[in-house]
Amino acid sequence: MRDRIVIIGNGMAGLKLVEELEAIAPGRHALTVIGAEPVPAYNRVLLSSVLAGETTRDAIALRPADWYRDLNCALRLGDPAVALDPATRTVSLASGATLTFDRLVLATGSLPIRLPLAGADLPGVVTFRDFADLDAIEAAAATGRGAVVIGGGLLGIEAAVGLAGRGVPVTLVHLMDRLMERQLDARGAALLARALEARGITLRLGAQSAGIEGDRHVTGLRLAGGEVLPAGLLCMAVGIRPETRLAAAAGLAVGRGILVDDRMQTSVPGILAIGECAEHRGTVYGLVEPAYAQARTAAATLAGRDAAYQGSILATNLKVSGLPVFSAGDFLGEPGTEAIVFEDRPLGHYRKLVIRDGRLVGAVLVGDAGDGLWYLDLIRDGRPISSIRRDMVFGRSFCEAA
Amino acid sequence: MADGSTPDMQVRTTCPYCGVGCGVVMKPDPAAPHGWRAQGDPAHPANFGRLCSKGSALGETIGPDGRLLHPTIDGRRATWDAALDRIAAGFRDTIAQYGPDAVAFYLSGQILTEDYYVANKLAKGFLGTANVDTNSRLCMASSVAGHKRAFGSDTVPGAYEDLDEADLLVLVGSNAAWCHPILWQRMQANRQRRGARIVVIDPRATATTDGIDLHLAIAPGTDALLFEGLLVHLAEAGRHDRAFVEAHTTGLADAFAAAFARAGTIETVAAGTGLRAADVAAFFHLVAETERTVTLYSQGVNQSHQGVDKVAAILNVHLATGRIGRPGMGPFSLTGQPNAMGGREVGGLANQLAAHMDFTPEAIDRVGRFWGAAAMAGKPGLKAVDLFQAVEAGAVRALWIMGTNPAVSLPEADRVRAALGRLDLLIVSEVIGSNDTLGASLAGPVHVRLPAAAWGEKNGTVTNSERRISRQRPFRPLPGEARPDWWALAEVGRRLGHHQAFAFADAAAVYREHAALSAFENGGARDFDLGAHAHLDRAGYDALEPVQWPLPAGARRGRTRLFDDGRFFTPDGRARFHVPGEAALAARPDADTPLLLNTGRIRDQWHTMTRTGLSPTLGRHLPEPFVEVHPADAAWFGLTDGGLARLSNRHGAAVLRVVVAPGQRRGSVFAPIHWSDENAGQARVGALVAAVTDPISGQPESKATPVAIAAVAVAFEAVIVGRALPDRRALETAGALAWARTTIEDGHAVLAAFPALDPAGWPAFASGLIGCGADDLTDAGDPAEGLYRAAHVRDGRLIAAIAMTAAPERPGWAHLNPLLGAAPLEGRARRAPLASRAAGGGPDPGPTVCACFGVGRTPIEAAIRAGCRTTDALGATLKAGTNCGSCLPEIRKLLAAETAPA
Repeated sequence: MRDRIVIIGNGMAGLKLVEELEAIAPGRHALTVIGAEPVPAYNRVLLSSVLAGETTRDAIALRPADWYRDLNCALRLGDPAVALDPATRTVSLASGATLTFDRLVLATGSLPIRLPLAGADLPGVVTFRDFADLDAIEAAAATGRGAVVIGGGLLGIEAAVGLAGRGVPVTLVHLMDRLMERQLDARGAALLARALEARGITLRLGAQSAGIEGDRHVTGLRLAGGEVLPAGLLCMAVGIRPETRLAAAAGLAVGRGILVDDRMQTSVPGILAIGECAEHRGTVYGLVEPAYAQARTAAATLAGRDAAYQGSILATNLKVSGLPVFSAGDFLGEPGTEAIVFEDRPLGHYRKLVIRDGRLVGAVLVGDAGDGLWYLDLIRDGRPISSIRRDMVFGRSFCEAA
Repeated sequence: MADGSTPDMQVRTTCPYCGVGCGVVMKPDPAAPHGWRAQGDPAHPANFGRLCSKGSALGETIGPDGRLLHPTIDGRRATWDAALDRIAAGFRDTIAQYGPDAVAFYLSGQILTEDYYVANKLAKGFLGTANVDTNSRLCMASSVAGHKRAFGSDTVPGAYEDLDEADLLVLVGSNAAWCHPILWQRMQANRQRRGARIVVIDPRATATTDGIDLHLAIAPGTDALLFEGLLVHLAEAGRHDRAFVEAHTTGLADAFAAAFARAGTIETVAAGTGLRAADVAAFFHLVAETERTVTLYSQGVNQSHQGVDKVAAILNVHLATGRIGRPGMGPFSLTGQPNAMGGREVGGLANQLAAHMDFTPEAIDRVGRFWGAAAMAGKPGLKAVDLFQAVEAGAVRALWIMGTNPAVSLPEADRVRAALGRLDLLIVSEVIGSNDTLGASLAGPVHVRLPAAAWGEKNGTVTNSERRISRQRPFRPLPGEARPDWWALAEVGRRLGHHQAFAFADAAAVYREHAALSAFENGGARDFDLGAHAHLDRAGYDALEPVQWPLPAGARRGRTRLFDDGRFFTPDGRARFHVPGEAALAARPDADTPLLLNTGRIRDQWHTMTRTGLSPTLGRHLPEPFVEVHPADAAWFGLTDGGLARLSNRHGAAVLRVVVAPGQRRGSVFAPIHWSDENAGQARVGALVAAVTDPISGQPESKATPVAIAAVAVAFEAVIVGRALPDRRALETAGALAWARTTIEDGHAVLAAFPALDPAGWPAFASGLIGCGADDLTDAGDPAEGLYRAAHVRDGRLIAAIAMTAAPERPGWAHLNPLLGAAPLEGRARRAPLASRAAGGGPDPGPTVCACFGVGRTPIEAAIRAGCRTTDALGATLKAGTNCGSCLPEIRKLLAAETAPA
């Protein structure tokens, strides 16, 4: 009998695991994938593009249901797992079904954080995480009243740009005095702010949300100073937290996320965790690329190969069309580092490369992130950059001599 | 047809640069920057089809940029009529109030014989002043005076053929490889074909001393002593030609006695000249053993307060040995300017009257009758240096400057520039709209500016160093309201009431009258005789082939050599020996000014660069002003190669790039004369030169002025490339320690050095320098490496860019240049001006070595490393050095450096 593997979660990490596993051990395992959402995995990164009307839900679907079927992979959608019993190697689903596994992978992702404000449960108050959120946003946007987005991070900006792209007047409220403070330096954030304002988004930086106005539906956001920003839609995009409830209840070791080792193994043998729900070497990643790397490692582990995930160098890509922002590594530049800064002021393009000991350790790109992955490679390789130092800030094409 | 009036065919004309006077064929070429390409004229006997780098680039210098196109009066545009009226009235008033000697003309070896003739006639025959001098005074006045003292006439005895036929070529104070490249090639060809030997006497090693038989690095100012020693040695070796001396000369006994007393032994000569005795002996031996010896001399001889004596010492040797006027031998003055000789033919020096006649009563009478003169000048006028001192003193009140830039080129040039502001009437005839002489802010207003016809537009004749008259023919229409200089002069003559005397219909009419005057009551008494051209019609003038004078009436061809008959133009027909004064410099170095400044030219520029400076090709060779310093002096004064040095003395100062040159003589430094306030921050080398002149020739001692030198600390080196001319004030505001501009395709490049700058201020610094708002910049900085680059790209066009590196590194810029003309720069291509090289391109080619084929130093070095071990191999690989060959000395140096054992 084939090895029964159950994957809880049909997000980007869960799907990647199936792909990797089929690539290195085709047909060897009996796979079951459990998805909480009613549709197969889609590219969550492009949710804001759908919101902006630049693409469609169909277009961001990753694999059709047929694909799973052709692999003899059982796909159970809209039927979230509700309990996990490591002792009996079973998992229970909301529908009441129970699945037995030989090995199991948790790819449960994360949950959007909702601020504990009065009125947070009013209709029109949404987060921005999945198609269900998108439904709510689209419904509220259709009322024609303005929207307020709380959170000047990646997700909040994407939501705000998406709404603005639909013609909705948007105010973006952010607690910190600059946008994306965890991914951008001050200059990069300022340029991003300028670009957002150019798209008609009103920015309220350094603004603390105090309460949500409205009786039967949200009507506005009250700030700490008492000012009320009117809104028919309030989108909270203040962060995510790992979805660990199932694991914790099952007695797996959990910190911020489900603790895993370099082979993506949790504290219980035969149970692995990948993606945003996992905590590796103290780090929980909220980005797709580490999730994919973890999926590759987990596939190898499941296939009985040696593999070790070493952690990812963080790279952030803001993939709102026309607003490329990329950052990686030590982008702020700690003491002892050197910075190379490029700016095309009329175009609003900005780049900062951070060098330490003759090696690239961080990068911030605003306006044109085209060379981001090249910089990321350089950061990861850690190779000396003296031979390309003069031109590397302009991009790869300037460093490859004829 | 030889007439160049039809634009759709090639035109044969003559190069406007040095005195070699090469024939040029201008061919229409749609691919050339201004539609014309220069080639050597295979039929011209000066160059037989070859051209040097400067001549080859002539097509790049004929564009409309910067041309003066309309007359102005007091800075405002005016009609020619108004401008000419103003001049005529000004002359009349000045003469009425102060007398004729308050009017003066300062002319140029650049203007044509016809221009010179009319200026001379107007001044000396109708205004009554002999204050007609020229920049030739700075160039070869000492040779002229030396010739006249020895021969009784201003005659170059030989011809270029002698350089082909000599067995020994002695160059004294000449860097012919750079300054007379085509003649230098003829000498090299002789050397290869016939084995002629070459000796160069020059305090410093130059391109001319490269690969020759003997270089005598003589102590400055001691040339006469060396030639006195040679005179003695030749007597002892039995080489004096007694028959010639007795039949045709006078004064050898005195000259020999003086020479014997001062330079009687080789050891004495060696001690006095700073040379090794063995080298002196070798030189003397070579000359003694080689009858066919040509001694060529240039500014190293002429530009001296003893220039006439140096010439005498050289001529004495040739007269004593009878080596004159015969094939392959003779003294040969290499003229610096294209028409220095033509100017002298008409009397374009203040101490000559006209047509090789001096201010004798008979000559004044003769010329006065010929001209029908209204007011003949009765005595010599002021020579150049004295003339500008008279301007300063207020004695000269009205001055017409034509085709020259005295505010740069004269000694104590700062003082000259200031003096120009004292004139009641300053007239400048110019081709270009801006130079230091026209610079009104320092000199006071130029009252009348006249747009002159430029080379390629004007029509007339020039005479080269071998007495050969060649036509300069027009091939382009006159732009704007530009007019020939002779026309403007004649118009003033007519306005002063002398209609008949100045009724010239065209340049040919001027030439005819000039030829007729040369033959007037001549009868062989004067060397200069163009009688055969006294009735030359327009067609004959247009078709005139290059011809040597004398050419008396009836002669069918010119005379190649003079004095072959032993007949000189002194009253008794005998040549004169002269006793030179004791060789000494006008001023010795002292504690405050411990070094001697030597000045000169570089290979690819001409005079103050108003013409060659327009050529991108020529600008790439040596794009900025420099001072060559001996390594020991550099160490002593704390100077580093590529750093900056400030030269100063009580006359002026200059900040120049240091070139540590082992070939430089210790205690002497060398700086080129070409840069001015038009194209550099503070590089007017003429400002440092003391106005000390030869008492006879009036030529200044431009090659040995005591100066102080001090290092200037540089933090950043920068290059700015842009479409517009750089803003001098912006560079000063930005704190530039030194800067220099060079023309590049589609714009200009500025090389500049700066003191320390706070990186936070870089964008403001850059936007100030390139003239845009800080928000218009595209820039990149790497403060840890001291790198900063910025560009202004507008509507996809690169307007300007700056690249900055921490000294001593200097930013490359060759790849920036093409971006000025590049297709629209959009998106990422907007970064190209900031990159250290083109995207996907190779490294910077470095400074240009071969101007003809645009080959930089980097590819040459790479080719050598790749196995090219000879100049021929490099030529085959890169074409470098295969055209004019004037870069071969540099290529040989690179070969030596790259192949030297580590």
